Amino acid sequence: MNAMTAKIETAPLLRVEGVSKWYGHVVGCTDVSFEMRPGEVLGVVGESGSGKTTLLNCISGKLTPSAGSVQFETSRFGMTDIYALSEPDRRRMQREDWGFVHQNPRDGLRMRVSGGANVAEPMMNLGSRHYGKMRQATIDWLERVELDTRRIDDRPAHFSGGMQQRIQVARNLIHGPKLVFMDEPTGGLDVSVQARLLDLLRELVRDLRLAVIIVTHDMAVARLMADRLLVMKGGDVVETGLTDQVLDDPQHPYTQILVSSVLQI
Amino acid sequence: MSQANKPLILVEDLAKTFTLHNAGPAIIPVFERLDLAVGPGECLVLAGDSGAGKSSLMRSIYGNYMPSEGSVKVLHDGAYVDITKASPHEVLEVRRRTLGYVSQFLRVIPRVPTLQLVMEPLLENGVAREEAQERATALLTALRLPTEHWDLPPATFSGGEQQRVNIARSFIREYPIMLLDEPTASLDRENRAIVVSLIKTALGRGAAMIGIFHDLDVRDAVATRLFQVTDFKTAA
Repeated sequence: MNAMTAKIETAPLLRVEGVSKWYGHVVGCTDVSFEMRPGEVLGVVGESGSGKTTLLNCISGKLTPSAGSVQFETSRFGMTDIYALSEPDRRRMQREDWGFVHQNPRDGLRMRVSGGANVAEPMMNLGSRHYGKMRQATIDWLERVELDTRRIDDRPAHFSGGMQQRIQVARNLIHGPKLVFMDEPTGGLDVSVQARLLDLLRELVRDLRLAVIIVTHDMAVARLMADRLLVMKGGDVVETGLTDQVLDDPQHPYTQILVSSVLQI
Repeated sequence: MSQANKPLILVEDLAKTFTLHNAGPAIIPVFERLDLAVGPGECLVLAGDSGAGKSSLMRSIYGNYMPSEGSVKVLHDGAYVDITKASPHEVLEVRRRTLGYVSQFLRVIPRVPTLQLVMEPLLENGVAREEAQERATALLTALRLPTEHWDLPPATFSGGEQQRVNIARSFIREYPIMLLDEPTASLDRENRAIVVSLIKTALGRGAAMIGIFHDLDVRDAVATRLFQVTDFKTAA
């Protein structure tokens, strides 16, 4: 019963090596390397245009890097370069092992089907066909993200922005992913809704031992969510380290500006 | 310190200098060639005027500040881990089970109820929810935080109440090593006494502590040794 010995697994889940992306002669990101372990939350911060989203897209299999490799501990093939997989295998791996929470819920949800169907769809994609089981799992997840389960058949458009984001979170976690990408997940929300969603995300990350890569330009979100940070500027990673160390004792000139520019309330 | 006991914290040749790139750059030296060791049951109290570098030293030991030179070794699972060279996930693991830090400020996600906040560190360590709740309840009771506050987020609490929530969040894990940065700063006499007894209990079970206390009563009650940070001031 005593689960005090929750040990960290030392084997990396994700290994990014020398990833660069050029758009013609325009730099997206340059020579980015890092590793992630299960249960780790990595924040990627920097101003807009610094290459955060390019990096996220390269790692999440959406954008083939110009150089470097992205290796992931897949359920099906073990540690594999994701761009060495065939297109169907990669898509299948993404559906099985990953989640992707977009800033705008409309990019992550199908607006023409119900909220419940949105949550259940990943299960169906992975071969689940038992309607009763899927509906029950959907209800469980709607409860977990604190949505009114009586609204399971309402369409996403009939939910508020914060609720839509919760549907998106449920849709991306229901299949039990190992790694979840989040692109400004609280970006479009009121601060009041933001706080609750952050707390919910933190709880889920802890309970499910998820690895998360979260892109944000909000230093407060980075501090509350991330274990460690990558600071990006002009496509380069200029500083990395423990979140509180990077924010409280920044070493790079750019990070010092970034941190000292945060408004205090 | 008794010879038989291995120090739990071993700081060697530590130096810290701040470089503010966007102010010149301005170079601000804090301390250098600093050595210290703290064994089980010891509470080393950092002395020195405001600005002497007490907090900088403590934060350097916690890995919150990046020292310019030297090493900070803490005994974690029977082996020394050098905080200044360990990877982020190693430092986090050390902080999760071995090395605690109580600051003067409560920094938490808004709108989360107090009891939940105090349970959180145990839940993170894999303790079952019921046990976590039991221990959190006991600690909040010991710290005399009114029961009607437990279901409320601490944002609207008084300074002293927030401080006690902060103390509860740190002491609940029963760390072998604790760093205390003015944990009694905004507490009244009775609550200071409660915190002193928590500190003594922890020392009694063999915890090693480094503390900053401006309150002399508290300092005299818990200190086993004073440490002058100013002795290691970088020569200007």
